[in-house]
Amino acid sequence: MISSSNNILSHFHSDRFLLWSLRFLALIAGSLLVLIVLFLLHESLPAFQHIGLRSFFADEGWYPSEELYLLTPILWGTIWATLGSIMLAAPLGISSAVCIQYYAPPFLAKPYRRLVELLAGIPSVVFGLWGLVVLVPLIARWQPPGPSLLAGILVLSVMILPTITLVTLASLAHIPASSIHSATALGLGRWSIIQRVILPTAKAGIFTGIFLGVARALGETMAILMVCGNVVQAPSTLFDPIRTLTANIALEMAYALGNHRSTLFVSGLFLMVMVVVFVIMAEGLRHREAHAGSR
Amino acid sequence: MKTSLLKSIAYSTNHQLPTPVWLAGFLFIVITFSQTLAMATQGKLVITGSSTMAPLVAEIGKRFEAQHPGTRVDVQTGGSSRGLADAMNSLADIGMVSRALKPQEHALHRAIIAHDGITLILHQDNPVHELTNEQIKAIYTGAITNWKRVGGLDAPITVINKAEGRSTLELFLQYFSLTNRQIQAHVVIGDNEQGIKTVEGNPHAIGYVSIGTAQYDATHGVPIRLLPLQHIPATLETVRNGTFPLSRPLTLVSKAPPTELAQTFIEFSQSPAVHDLILKQYFVPLP
Repeated sequence: MISSSNNILSHFHSDRFLLWSLRFLALIAGSLLVLIVLFLLHESLPAFQHIGLRSFFADEGWYPSEELYLLTPILWGTIWATLGSIMLAAPLGISSAVCIQYYAPPFLAKPYRRLVELLAGIPSVVFGLWGLVVLVPLIARWQPPGPSLLAGILVLSVMILPTITLVTLASLAHIPASSIHSATALGLGRWSIIQRVILPTAKAGIFTGIFLGVARALGETMAILMVCGNVVQAPSTLFDPIRTLTANIALEMAYALGNHRSTLFVSGLFLMVMVVVFVIMAEGLRHREAHAGSR
Repeated sequence: MKTSLLKSIAYSTNHQLPTPVWLAGFLFIVITFSQTLAMATQGKLVITGSSTMAPLVAEIGKRFEAQHPGTRVDVQTGGSSRGLADAMNSLADIGMVSRALKPQEHALHRAIIAHDGITLILHQDNPVHELTNEQIKAIYTGAITNWKRVGGLDAPITVINKAEGRSTLELFLQYFSLTNRQIQAHVVIGDNEQGIKTVEGNPHAIGYVSIGTAQYDATHGVPIRLLPLQHIPATLETVRNGTFPLSRPLTLVSKAPPTELAQTFIEFSQSPAVHDLILKQYFVPLP
């Protein structure tokens, strides 16, 4: 007789048990997100009822004590800080990953890599404190008042740089050696190989790194709160102070009541919407890239 | 923090603990649990409100617990407005309010336990030593934007304001009869320390914070200067004798009449037995 206990195609009870417990766990993970969104909606409902969606875009300003709740400048502040930091950190992160992987001699590459890993582990409040006592006074001496969009962008860049570098490094490490060997056999130079073979192959991974960086920049609160000045205004220069959605919540939640409190949950909801829109955009872009690659 | 905790958990599961450790852990749990039970039967005070007052009231609470075995004092922050709302809705036994009460709030039982003063602070290198109320108002509304106009250096003024909902902001606006909309701020801060750090890093900044916090930092080497108001120096003494114009009472409120335990706690907070705690927090006790 052939024993069927080793047959992976058979439906054993243990398999079914595993399947259902996995399904159950996945359900918990998924429903957590749904519950958070529901909670946000529930808490921000009073604001939508008493203030109305229009007010968030049409009020005169952000003066909760006068029942004025304009969120547009805060949205712009969030978008500019995130965009600025990613534009600074992405080229730096990708090039330092390429440098570690293909250019640096081993005795330099290894400590450098450890350094980046260390940078990734530093808590954000430390970056915030550094920004407040070192970076902001420096900017203040150059272009007062100091706490500004620029300070926010710089601090955020330092924070997301290790994420982008490490994820890019991981995807570079997964490029099949045969591709590189073939390219070398064809007589291509190092830079040509990186430009034409390695970077296109690792594109998906690099993209994931940038995506994680954007997500962290969008959600960062403490450091931003300490260096950005928190004035509610759409910035016209890099030296204007700004307030982000996250800083808005952290700054005022402890003291907010009624409609004010509810509007802070609306800030959270807007942040959620921004993340979702970004994920959809990123997915769309990735799909297009994938199809363009297969053609 | 989090990772080290995880590591320690992983560590403890990887190694088998000797029996005495288990036993000690078990005893610890039993003892804590029975103590909690004993406390629950005796009485518990929930106190919520002003974050300015919370550290002080927490200290008073510890001393109160020591003197009245079996009671527990639970102090939570959330701002003066929350303190009032919680006391009114009986969500808390006592509310902490660090501003003068509004007329519609007079229905509550209230007891002042100490005073706090707010003052303007400048960097030590700023040559300006005094500002009139009109000048301060003009600086905060953006009518004066350079220190040169008030006798200082030729440098732009950095105006530091507090975030909405803070009682310090409310008191400041009320004293200078301003609305928050009129203020042209360059930096908006949360707590006092953030304001002091900002002035420390920017010699051309002006901000307002609690005199207690400011005086503590100024005497501990932080390069800031407390400005007098209407020629009255900003010190603990002038706040104590009521001459400093920009000061506020720290009040405990509760439903009238308060419960017996709440009444005992309020009387204890007003007694000279806690004056040392009040001074330690840089507030000014009752005479």
